[in-house]
Amino acid sequence: MSKLTLTAIATITALTFSAGAQAEKIAIIGGTVHTMTEQGAIENATVLIEDGKISKVISQEVSTDASYRVIDAKGKVVTPGFIGAFTSLGLVEVSSWAGTNDASVAKSKLHAALDASLAVNPDSTLINISRIEGITSAATSVGNTDSIYKGRGAVITLGDDADPVMKKRAFMSIDLSNSGADVSGGSRAALWVDFRNALNEAIYAQSINFTPQTEWHGTLSKANVQALIPVVKGEMPLLVQIHRASDIRRIIKMTDNFKRLNVTLVGASEAWRVADEIAAAGMSVILNPESNLPYTFEQNGATLANAARLNDAGVNIAIGMNTHNIRLAPQHAGNAVANGLPWQAGLASLTTAPAKIYGIDKQVGSIKAGMQADVVIWSGDPLEVMHAPTNVIINGEEVPLESRQTKLRDRYLKIDNEKPQQYTRP
Amino acid sequence: MKTLNKVLLTGFSLVAAATLVGCGGDKAKTAQSPFVEINKDPFPSTYKALTSVPTLIKNVNVYDGLGNLIENTSVLLENGKIKAVGNKLPTPADDANVIDGKGKWLTPGIIDVHSHLGVYATPDTGSHADGNEMVKPVTAAVWAEHSLWPQDPGFRRALAGGVTAMQILPGSGNLIGGRGVTVKNLPNRVIQDMKFPDAPYGMKMACGENPKRVYGKKGGPMTRMGNVAGYRQAWADAQNYQRSWDKYKKDYDAGKDAKAPKRDLNLDTLAGVLRGDILVHMHCYRADDMGSMMDVMKEFNYQIASFQHAVEAYKIADKLAENNVCSAMWADWWGFKMEAYDGIRENIPMVANAKACAIVHSDSDQGIQRLNQEAAKALSDGQRAGINFSKADAWTWLTANPAKSLGIFDQTGSIEMGKNADIVIWSAEPFSTYSQAEMVFIDGGVAFDRNKPETWAVSDYELGQVAEGDRK
Repeated sequence: MSKLTLTAIATITALTFSAGAQAEKIAIIGGTVHTMTEQGAIENATVLIEDGKISKVISQEVSTDASYRVIDAKGKVVTPGFIGAFTSLGLVEVSSWAGTNDASVAKSKLHAALDASLAVNPDSTLINISRIEGITSAATSVGNTDSIYKGRGAVITLGDDADPVMKKRAFMSIDLSNSGADVSGGSRAALWVDFRNALNEAIYAQSINFTPQTEWHGTLSKANVQALIPVVKGEMPLLVQIHRASDIRRIIKMTDNFKRLNVTLVGASEAWRVADEIAAAGMSVILNPESNLPYTFEQNGATLANAARLNDAGVNIAIGMNTHNIRLAPQHAGNAVANGLPWQAGLASLTTAPAKIYGIDKQVGSIKAGMQADVVIWSGDPLEVMHAPTNVIINGEEVPLESRQTKLRDRYLKIDNEKPQQYTRP
Repeated sequence: MKTLNKVLLTGFSLVAAATLVGCGGDKAKTAQSPFVEINKDPFPSTYKALTSVPTLIKNVNVYDGLGNLIENTSVLLENGKIKAVGNKLPTPADDANVIDGKGKWLTPGIIDVHSHLGVYATPDTGSHADGNEMVKPVTAAVWAEHSLWPQDPGFRRALAGGVTAMQILPGSGNLIGGRGVTVKNLPNRVIQDMKFPDAPYGMKMACGENPKRVYGKKGGPMTRMGNVAGYRQAWADAQNYQRSWDKYKKDYDAGKDAKAPKRDLNLDTLAGVLRGDILVHMHCYRADDMGSMMDVMKEFNYQIASFQHAVEAYKIADKLAENNVCSAMWADWWGFKMEAYDGIRENIPMVANAKACAIVHSDSDQGIQRLNQEAAKALSDGQRAGINFSKADAWTWLTANPAKSLGIFDQTGSIEMGKNADIVIWSAEPFSTYSQAEMVFIDGGVAFDRNKPETWAVSDYELGQVAEGDRK
C-alpha cells in the first residue's frame, strides 16, 4: 500500500481545529480497522484523532506531519471501544458484605425513580481494570432491589472524566422474570397486572403537572410514576429482564396497547424460540451467550446457540452482562461465534448493537469521522482469549494500561525479600 | 477407595485372639469380644466404563499434560487405556476406529478439582441446595456424595468442555465442610456409579469470610482468629480420638477384652486426614490466611493438598512451593468480596513461575465448560508480564496438576502409556476461543461426539422439557 503524503488531511484538520482543544492529535496507522460502518473492515488503514473526536478514517497508510503522535498498528486490529451493555460499573466496589453497595437498594420508597447517574463513582477501581481491556463506555444501573424496578440507568464513559456520565436517565430497567414475580407476591398473575397498571398510570400522569400539592391517587408514588412517563412516551428505552418464551410473547403483545414502548430484552434464555416475533417487533436482546443451563424452570430452553439463532432471525443482539468482569464480554462474544454467530455480528454485539439500544450510536460504537474517539488497538482478534489491547484511547486520550491490579502484579513480580513487602513500590 | 470388606476382619481378629490363647499366659483366659474395625469404604464405587473399541487417532497434535507438545503423531487407545503414542502404530482391524486428527489437537481430559455439580444442581432451586451443611462450624461427618444428584444437566455441559473427571466438594460455609468425592464425568443412576475407582477422599475446609459470616451471629466463630481456634480444636479432638483407637488396638492385641471407642463420624474423617488417607482441599483467598493454615498443618502434622480459589497465592508463591501445597485458581474472578479484592490476572502463571503447583479450577457450572480458555487467559496474561510458559506447559495446570492433587495421577491426567484413555480431541488449537471439544473419551469409550447428537447425554430432568436433546 503506497503511502500518501497528506496535504489534504492537513487542510481538513486545520479546518476542524478548535482553539480551546488541548487534546493530543493521534494517528493510528497500518492496522486492520473494523469501522463498524458501511466501510466495513479496512486493512492498512489510518485513523486520525483530534480534539476528542475521530477526524478522519483513510483506507490506506499515510504519513502525517509532526503535530500527530503516531501509533503504529501494523499487524494489529483496531476496533471501536467496547460498550458494557448491562453493568453496574461505578456503583459497586465489592459486592458482598463490604459496606455500601450502590448497585443494591432495599427498603427504599424509590423504585422506578432510582437514578444511577447520581451514584456513579469515577474513582471506582473497576473503571481502570475494565478499560485497559477494551471497555471504554458502559450502561450502568442498580442491579438488586426489592421491586421489579431497577430504576433509571446511565451511560458512562470509562475515560478520565470527573463527571463520567455521558447520558443520565438513559434507560429504565425492570425485571419481568421469575425474580420479578417473586417480588410481586410470588406470581406472574400479580406481576403482569401490576406492570400493566403502572404503564397505564404513567400514561395518565403524562398530562399532569406534578407539584407537592398535586392530588394523586395512583398505586405508584408520584416520584415513581413520573419516572415512567418517558418510558410510555418511548423516549426512554425499557430494558426488561425476562427468560420464558411465553413471557417474551406477552411483552411483545403488550406493545400492541403501549405502542411507543422501546423494549430491549435482557437475559432472554428462551428468546431463540421466539426469534422471529422478536425481530418483527424490532426489539433488541442483551444476553449472556454462555448461559446454557436450566437455572430455573423459565430457562429450560437455554442453549449456547441462542445468540446465533437470534442473529439469524435478524435480531439486534448485544453481549456483555457483568460488572467486575465486564472485560470478559469479548470472550463471551467469542464463544457465541464458536457456537454459530458470525464474527462480524460478534463484534457488533460489543459495539454498534449496544450503542443502538441506548441511542448513542451517533456518538460511540463505530469508527468514522465525527464520532467520539473511543478506539482500541488489539494485539490480534479481540474475541480470542489470548489477545489483549495494546493501546486504549478514550475521548481522544490514550489511557495508561495501569490499574490497581497491574500495580499489585508488578509489586509481587519484583518482591524484595530483604525488606518488608509494603516498602516495595511497583 | 479400594474395596476392603473390613467386616470380614472380625473373623480374622478372632483367629488372632485364639493364637494368643495358644501362646499361654494369664491374659489368655480372658475371652475377647470381636475386634471392631472401621470400614473405610462403605460406599464403594460401582463405576463401569463405557464399551470401547481399539481406536487410533492419526496425524494429531498432542499436549501430553506433562509439558510436552508432540506434533503430528498418533495415539492408540485399547482396552480403555492409552496403548501407545508415536508414528508407526498398528492400525485397528476396523477402519471405522481410525480417526484422522489432521489439524486437530489431542489432550488428556480436563480435571476440575473444584465443582459443586450435583450438590448444587440446576435447576438451582432450594430443593437442590444440598451442598452446604451450615448447621455448625465443623461438619466433617458429611459426605458430598450423599448429596450428589447424578441427573444434574451440568455434567453433560462440562463433558462438552472436555472435562473427564472432577472433585465435587461441599460448600464453604463451614470451617470444615465435609468430604468431597472424585467422580468420572459419566453420570448414571446412582452416585456410586460415578465414583472414580480408587480415588482417595478429599476433605473441604474453608478460611476467612464465609465461616465468620455464617456463624458470626450463631455462636461463632465470628472472626478469623475464631476460625483458627475452631480448626485447631477439631484437630486436637481428632488426635485424641486417634489415640483412643490406637489404645484400643494395642490393648486388644495384648489380649485384653478392650472396649472399642464410640464412633464419631466427624472425627473419623479428621483422623483419616491425620493418617494421610484423606486429602485436605482448603478454600482460602488471602495470603495471610494461607500462611496461618500452613502453620496449623505443621502443628498437627497433616498435609494440605491444595488451597482452593487462592486469589492471593501470587503473594506467597515461594512459601506455597516450600510447603508443597497446590493452588487451585481462577484466571480472573475477583472483587465479589473483600478477600477477593486483590485478585490479579497473572495469579496462575506467577504461582507456576515460583515452581509451586498451579491448577486452574472452576467452582462454577459455567467455568467448568471452558477451563481451556481459563488457562489460555492466564497463560497470555503471564506472557505479557514476562512469564514465558508454553501452551504445553500451561496444559499441566488443567490435567496433571489437578490429578496429582486429587491422588489419581497414577490413573489419569497425562497422555502416557497405560493410563486411562481419558482424552479429548479438540477441533483446533485448544487455547483458542473458537476451539471446541469435538470428541471426549472416558476410559476409551466415546462419552461425547459433537458431530453426533445421538451421543449427547440427556438427563432425566431434561426429558420431556423444552429443547430436550438440543445443542447445549
